[in-house]
Amino acid sequence: MWKRAMIGAFVLFLVGASAYASFYIAPEEKTMHVLQRIFYFHAAAAWAGMTAFFVCFVANLLYVWRRDEKWDSLGVSSAEVGLAFITVVLITGPIWAKPAWGIYWTWDARLTSTFVLWLLYISYLLLRTLIEETDRRALLSALFGIFAFIDVPIVFGAIRWWRTQHPAPVIMGGPGSGLEPTMLKVFFFSVLAMHALMVFLIAERYRLEKLRTDIELLRREAEAI
Amino acid sequence: MSLLPNAAVLLGKELRTEFRSRELLTTTVVFILIVIVLFSFTFDPTSDESRRFAPGLLWLAFLFASSLMLQPCFLREQQNDTLSALRLSVSDPFAIFLAKVAANTLFLLLTELLLLPIFAVMYNVPITRVLHWLVLVFFLASLGISTAGTALSAISAQARMRELLLPLLMLPLLTPILVASTEVTKRLFEREPAVQWTGIGFLAVFDVVFLTALWLFGEYLLEE
Repeated sequence: MWKRAMIGAFVLFLVGASAYASFYIAPEEKTMHVLQRIFYFHAAAAWAGMTAFFVCFVANLLYVWRRDEKWDSLGVSSAEVGLAFITVVLITGPIWAKPAWGIYWTWDARLTSTFVLWLLYISYLLLRTLIEETDRRALLSALFGIFAFIDVPIVFGAIRWWRTQHPAPVIMGGPGSGLEPTMLKVFFFSVLAMHALMVFLIAERYRLEKLRTDIELLRREAEAI
Repeated sequence: MSLLPNAAVLLGKELRTEFRSRELLTTTVVFILIVIVLFSFTFDPTSDESRRFAPGLLWLAFLFASSLMLQPCFLREQQNDTLSALRLSVSDPFAIFLAKVAANTLFLLLTELLLLPIFAVMYNVPITRVLHWLVLVFFLASLGISTAGTALSAISAQARMRELLLPLLMLPLLTPILVASTEVTKRLFEREPAVQWTGIGFLAVFDVVFLTALWLFGEYLLEE
């Protein structure tokens, strides 16, 4: 109990420190000024969300391969947490876009594909609620999770071929892209903080799911007696 | 290597079942017709402007129709209790999927080709010059829709609210198909038609990726 609280406090500290760094340590951007500082939150949350979905994908694969209930629990936990982070991205995006581009939402490829990604994982969680049998639910949702994750790079690939208003990837985006060194440091610190938060949330959600399945098992045993 | 002969026999069975009643084809054709007519009320369908978004409407209609069309794909097997027999009859369960994907691609392609002239007349788009390219795009997109859709209909058939669930699972997954085929079709409908190879390649990549995924994971979809 104490250990978990300590870890939680540390994660909270990291997130607070990254917020401080993005407001006071990172230099001001030339054209967007203070507005650009939401980037450290927006993009870091996006990276953390993607990592969570990747964890979900790996858990799905492991479930199909090993048929161990714990991989199913990890799958649903990481999908929910990833969804929370992508929701943050979809909310902070328009907040940034309104003053920067003049509109809250543009139907460009990257925004739209993030939205589609969000919908795919909503469908994943919805599918889980519609199958009663535990093993079947675990297997079928794992398979859908795999298909959905395979679909993600294809959806994102659309940016390369069809026009987009979103800035070209700033990090690892090819020649001409790149951040000023301090900005890059602050950004990677934010990414680290967001990942710490993500891992913490997945661990907590996993614990909850584990308790839930244990209770389910006990209830079934009690009914059998 | 009994995969292809097995799949061919099963494909024959799928085609026989459908062409005996022609239920699927007729209802899908009527559905798309209704959608195309309803779309025409939302803007001026003969204007030059319509050339720009007509392809999108066409593909949206196809996509919605396919989400209905793929519904009975596994549901029928389940309701008639024929799924176990089907599974026992082949050594590789991929043959079942291969046959169903082929049949669904064929059905979709047939409805699309049947509706294309009607659509062209109603929305005033010239198609004769680019017909062979359109057939290629229709084929690649239908293959992609059927591949992903067949896999997902095997999932949705085992859940509650299955009629509503299949479109929910399918439509977001198929956005790449919608985007690519709309872009390619749009270029083909222009006054100076051009073939957009990136779009065609994109559709082919989608097909290959999902066929591979189905080959790898298909057998798990049919587990009891």
